[in-house]
Amino acid sequence: MTEAAKPIRLMYFAWVREKVGRAEELVELPGGIATIADLVEWLRGRGPEYAAAFERAEVIRTAIDHTHARANAPIHSAREIAFFPPVTGG
Amino acid sequence: MSVRVQADDFDIGAEVKALTGGRSDIGAVVTFTGTVRGDTPDHPITSMTLEHYPGMTEAELARVEAEANDRWPLLDSLIVHRYGTLKPGDNIVLVITASAHRQAAFEAAEFLMDYLKSRAPFWKKEEGPDGSGRWVDARECDEKAVSRWDKTRTLAAPDDAI
Repeated sequence: MTEAAKPIRLMYFAWVREKVGRAEELVELPGGIATIADLVEWLRGRGPEYAAAFERAEVIRTAIDHTHARANAPIHSAREIAFFPPVTGG
Repeated sequence: MSVRVQADDFDIGAEVKALTGGRSDIGAVVTFTGTVRGDTPDHPITSMTLEHYPGMTEAELARVEAEANDRWPLLDSLIVHRYGTLKPGDNIVLVITASAHRQAAFEAAEFLMDYLKSRAPFWKKEEGPDGSGRWVDARECDEKAVSRWDKTRTLAAPDDAI
């Protein structure tokens, strides 16, 4: 894994999207962010809207490149990471 | 085997006909249709809006369908899920399973719905007469419903919080 910053697309859905105030964004992650949990910690520090959205981080689910992922999942090869509440379809 | 995600309504009879037409190997067809529930006593609902994650939704439904086809001897299957703003009574989701015998079709249809409800990236928002919106909470019983298939589970569950 190279430490050079590369853009990752972040997607937000449902009330996570409403609280963050945007549906998606491209970000360049600083070095040292290896997992989903690291990314959440970094996002929380980006502003009050992120802090509010991720206040109850324990209920938020994630997907890496369209596949459900766990908090300890590595993100070094991810192109798109999504954050959303537990799903309620069907 | 196919999945569709669409804003438009679906016609259950036409979908069954398209799936079974011209075939004589199918002996059992099970359909499940989910519809929008209307008011509850303390909770008037005028509409429901389904948001989803284009790209992942189709991928996830296809994974769930492939899993069902691995577990049961299905001859065909279809999942149709709607998104957008729906009214009470409107169709939301259709699952069709076809097999030579009923048990596989029944079980696979139930499995598809249980898995879809816990995995497919859809979120419901209920709108009231005053224009207020409220995101529907995930129900614990839906998680329990999916866990009964755990013994031979092969798809990772999205149950780990961050």
